[in-house]
Amino acid sequence: MHKFLIRSFVSSLVLLFTLTVAAIAKDVKAAFVYIGPTGDHGWTYQHDVGRKAVEAAGFKTTYVEGVPESADAERVLRQLANSGHDIIFTTSFGYMNPTNKVAKEFPNVKFEHATGYKREHPNVATYAARFYEGRTILGTIAGTMTKSNVIGYVASFPIPEVIRGINSFTLAAQKVNPNIKTKIVWAFTWYDPGKEAEAAKALIDQGADVIAQHTDSTAIVQMAEKAGVYAFGQASDMDKFAPKAVLTSVENNWGPYYVDRVKAVANGTWNQKDTWHGIGDGMVVISGLDSQMPSDLQAKVKKLQADLASGKVHSFTGPIYDQKGNLMVAEGKTADDGMLAGMMTYVKGVEGDIPK
Amino acid sequence: MIKIVKRDQPSKTIFFFTPVLAIFLTLVAGGLIFFILGFKPFEALKFFFIVPIADKYGFSELLLKATPLCLIAIGLSFCFKSNNWNIGAEGQLTFGAIVSGGVALLFYDQEGFYILPIVILAGAIGGIIYASIPAILKTYFNTNEILVSLMLVYVSKLILDYLVVGPWSNPEGFNFPETRQFSESARLPLLFEGLRIHAGIFLALAAVVISWFVFYKTYLGFQMKVSGFSLKTAKYAGYKGKKMIILVFLISGACAGLAGVGEITGPIGQLHREVSPDYGFTAIIVAFLGRLHPVGIIFASLVVAITYLGAETAQIFMQIPKYTGQVFQGMILFFLLASDYLLFFKFKFIGSKK
Repeated sequence: MHKFLIRSFVSSLVLLFTLTVAAIAKDVKAAFVYIGPTGDHGWTYQHDVGRKAVEAAGFKTTYVEGVPESADAERVLRQLANSGHDIIFTTSFGYMNPTNKVAKEFPNVKFEHATGYKREHPNVATYAARFYEGRTILGTIAGTMTKSNVIGYVASFPIPEVIRGINSFTLAAQKVNPNIKTKIVWAFTWYDPGKEAEAAKALIDQGADVIAQHTDSTAIVQMAEKAGVYAFGQASDMDKFAPKAVLTSVENNWGPYYVDRVKAVANGTWNQKDTWHGIGDGMVVISGLDSQMPSDLQAKVKKLQADLASGKVHSFTGPIYDQKGNLMVAEGKTADDGMLAGMMTYVKGVEGDIPK
Repeated sequence: MIKIVKRDQPSKTIFFFTPVLAIFLTLVAGGLIFFILGFKPFEALKFFFIVPIADKYGFSELLLKATPLCLIAIGLSFCFKSNNWNIGAEGQLTFGAIVSGGVALLFYDQEGFYILPIVILAGAIGGIIYASIPAILKTYFNTNEILVSLMLVYVSKLILDYLVVGPWSNPEGFNFPETRQFSESARLPLLFEGLRIHAGIFLALAAVVISWFVFYKTYLGFQMKVSGFSLKTAKYAGYKGKKMIILVFLISGACAGLAGVGEITGPIGQLHREVSPDYGFTAIIVAFLGRLHPVGIIFASLVVAITYLGAETAQIFMQIPKYTGQVFQGMILFFLLASDYLLFFKFKFIGSKK
């Protein structure tokens, strides 16, 4: 009898505990603000995949797509904060000032701003991914697969994030093939299929037989497919859009981080921080490797991936020189995060100047 | 039997009735679309048109959104009334924002009562300069103002891109495409604590009053009206067409430029790549929905503004795709143009003959 009582007491305690946890968990509502449509198969699409992971973890979510970075962003944020959302992810750089402004008015709501650097209030955190690690892999593949030794790169805006990607890509390509050159075309857009395709075409016309991109649409891989050159998918696995051209993709995998942060709100352990996760934490994921790649290259890539994840290899390991031949990182040293965050010079082997 | 008969003269009652009809048809069609998409139509319409403005804050946001639309549409009505097809208000807005933003940046670390008036004036001048290009090309070189003004929109956006990416980008901003924040003295004052509605609304209201006076009480207004009906008549009457064309373009440009000032010195507070979510184009719908009448434009700007807010609310609360807002704007214009048929034709009911 005693045993039965104790047992039922314990089990009801356990039940009560699970119920409370579940109730708390269910109560937290997360909101996501997107710059583009959820069907862009790039940046916004991947954030929405992350949102669905949060739903799958048992939380309620809301999203607003196509929110311009104009005066409208602030209203959308305020409305979300006002309508019972506990944590709001703002997934574009241009939301930085509105995010901080609205955060000040809603100290009980947590704000998470992607790719920004302002955390003016204790309830604002920032997060970004070390995409440059993925570009080290792409550079290794590009340097091996190119025959013309000219690699094209469609870039968006001359900000550290993009320059860092170009450099990391070029350094990796040089390592396997010292003769390569990286040609850059600046599209000055994140998403404009027409412009992106034109940029890719210009690079192919200049002899590039591998095209990398730091813009979000599938237009570039499709152009590469047409021209019979190689390309890499951006943000999501773009293999199905250009099965012959795409050798692999670097995927943005926000889900684990989003679930983690929403759970932290539910547990009351959320804190302000700046997160910068790479391959090791699973925020940057390399898609399946195409069978056109020789098996020794595939093995090399797999190993590089593991080494980047464990920290054995760093994308920016010295000696690194800039275009003029000045030493940027000394032999045996690696670039620190401060240097990476403010990187505004090309490394040796990149052609052209950074637009000013 | 129903017969369609041409009217001898466009009906005046129907002239002001068709916008109401267009809005009604838009609501019906919108409800139908919601129904087909699997949403409860009345609930969706409620979230679209009532919930966003149900409280003080929502109403202030409506006014904030309607202010640039009203201001630009008033300017455009000067052009459209007189048969000048200025499609490039978005460019004039952008250029106005560039010039006034440039001036505001000069004073970024200064305070003073004189800064704001200079910044506002600079925006109007920017809009005027930019509108003068299609106007002068039209009057002296006979170019098509629709094409010129439209193409200049893209030019202005590229100039803005260049400036915020390059020379004007915030030196402490890691080269991200945005300028410094303006100083408080370059910002339009807020009307109420905690709400974003700012003094720019008075510019819009002033434009309404002035335009009404010009349209109906001045010789210029009469000239515009005659030119609007028939350019040949205007010529025959001896009006100096060139002067009037340039003048209406400049007024229109000034209004668009001021709308740009309102955005960057109001809610935004800096220059970046997206100062306007295409207000300059949406204002064309507003101008026609308002029948190019100052009071009509006030109502039209409120109606169109609510489609923006409603789209956000409907997505947050009902997961309806936000882009339906644009569908609504398109439908309003479509139904307005379609119902204009009634202006010139009427249905006659005829008893069947024996």
